[in-house]
Amino acid sequence: MSVEAAVDSPVAHADEPIVRLRHPWRWVAVAVIALFLAQAIVFAVTNDKLRWDLVWGYLFEESILRGLWMTVKLTVVAMVVGVVLGTVLAVMRLSDNPVFRAVAGGYVWIFRGTPILVQLLFWFFLGTVLPTITIGIPFGPDFGSWATNTVISQFTAAILGLGLNEAAYMAEIVRAGIGSVDQGQSEAAEALGMSPATTYRRVVLPQAARLIVPPTANQTISMLKLTSLVLVIGLPELTTTVQLIYGRNLQQIPMLLVASIWYLVLTTLLTIVQSRLEKRMSRGVSRSGTERRKLFTRQGGRS
Amino acid sequence: MSTEAAEAAMTTASPMVEAIGVRKVYGRNEVLKSIDLTVQQGEVVSLLGPSGSGKSTFLRCINHLERVDGGEISVNGHLVGYRRAHGKKYELRRKEIAAARRDVGMVFQRFNLFPHRTAIENVMEAPLFVKRRNRDEVRKQAQNLLDRVGLADHADAYPTTLSGGQQQRVAIARALAMEPTLMLFDEPTSALDPELVGEVLDVMKGLAEEGMTMIVVTHEIGFAREVCNRVVFMDGGVIVEQGVPDEVFGNPQHARTQSFLSKVL
Repeated sequence: MSVEAAVDSPVAHADEPIVRLRHPWRWVAVAVIALFLAQAIVFAVTNDKLRWDLVWGYLFEESILRGLWMTVKLTVVAMVVGVVLGTVLAVMRLSDNPVFRAVAGGYVWIFRGTPILVQLLFWFFLGTVLPTITIGIPFGPDFGSWATNTVISQFTAAILGLGLNEAAYMAEIVRAGIGSVDQGQSEAAEALGMSPATTYRRVVLPQAARLIVPPTANQTISMLKLTSLVLVIGLPELTTTVQLIYGRNLQQIPMLLVASIWYLVLTTLLTIVQSRLEKRMSRGVSRSGTERRKLFTRQGGRS
Repeated sequence: MSTEAAEAAMTTASPMVEAIGVRKVYGRNEVLKSIDLTVQQGEVVSLLGPSGSGKSTFLRCINHLERVDGGEISVNGHLVGYRRAHGKKYELRRKEIAAARRDVGMVFQRFNLFPHRTAIENVMEAPLFVKRRNRDEVRKQAQNLLDRVGLADHADAYPTTLSGGQQQRVAIARALAMEPTLMLFDEPTSALDPELVGEVLDVMKGLAEEGMTMIVVTHEIGFAREVCNRVVFMDGGVIVEQGVPDEVFGNPQHARTQSFLSKVL
């Protein structure tokens, strides 16, 4: 046949068609997964105990939305406190000043070393050991004094507990980010006559930020769900609200589905923000054109 | 000592760099053992020597990127890193050190361009955020500098998209943007592909012709011979031999210089 003819001529070899590698096991995996998925869907659709009508009805119910708003507020404020304080702590920890280093190290040691639940309760019950908060010079004159329980409301206690704890973790993330910026960068900046502060602000932190964004997004998503711990100091956020409702109507799973749907919506939004930020931050960093490969690609490899 | 005194007497200008008995120690390893070196204004001096001879360390000491452990260095008559008063040397604050560095440009082996900024932004960075000059003015100056190093067309390129030689030329433009009176080059062509070395050396040659005072740590014997007024050969933390290039290369006096040159020439 023509195939044998082609073998004879070495020039024709070069033009022989290429047969790409096939992946038959991928098809098997798809079949298995589809089977399980179908069963899950059948369960979800045919099981009337799931009460989708109730889920839908409560999804936009007023107390749920109030709880949702509280969750969002707690997450945002606690993360802002965490990122700002964490960055300060990280810079302190990398400073030449041994006092700063020790203070930052001690902070991380305490706030990372005790359970967040304990910290939340600690701030909430602070009034029992420190009835008034006074601003003034230690052992000197006072400038003002307030009752602790009025200064530290439930919300403030929650922010203190979540935010100060988060700062300890963010400090480590920022420190790692700063540490991975090449030493030559700050040397170049200093050789140009930049002060240490300008070097940080213009050269080191912008480059560290690129490395800090993914773990920070991770922390934010984690914080979103960690806020449900404020249950212990009686602040009605999303999970607490849902628990209160199913305490009354005994529809635990449908109510938990309501909460889950909202958590997923928020997480999805955060993920979108994360990938936008990452794209913006990767300015000047060459990313080899890693186009996503299709599952059953016929032209895998270089085209 | 006597030759330096004679050189200083010949030129009326004050020395640009004056190093006296400079020592540097890392742990127990003494990398610089009493270096004396005077560089006059407009001079182009190359530091040669095997790796580990202390030439890069000495160059970094001139810019106070390394602190000297003994002796002292003056640039333009100002003590580097210290203030002399009451018979003592007081350590300067980091801000003061930063201010002193503005007159000294430095070019690194690995370029150290800011990867998150374009070529022109790299050049503009220091005039904008150190000297606080007007942005339009700075942009015009940066464009001129990029033009001078032959990269006018690459102003908006990020460093990673440029070749090594182009990156190093941007780095030279970035250093020049601060209008330094002294330029330090730390093996500026050692990280480059052979065919890109020439374009960087050409820019440096142009600078030398314009009268810039330059100290160059290099392995490019051809450049040292053609462009430099003086070559300084270092080994084991001391200056072994120095003189005009033709003398040092043509008739090296010291055995260590001879053996080094026989390997690189």
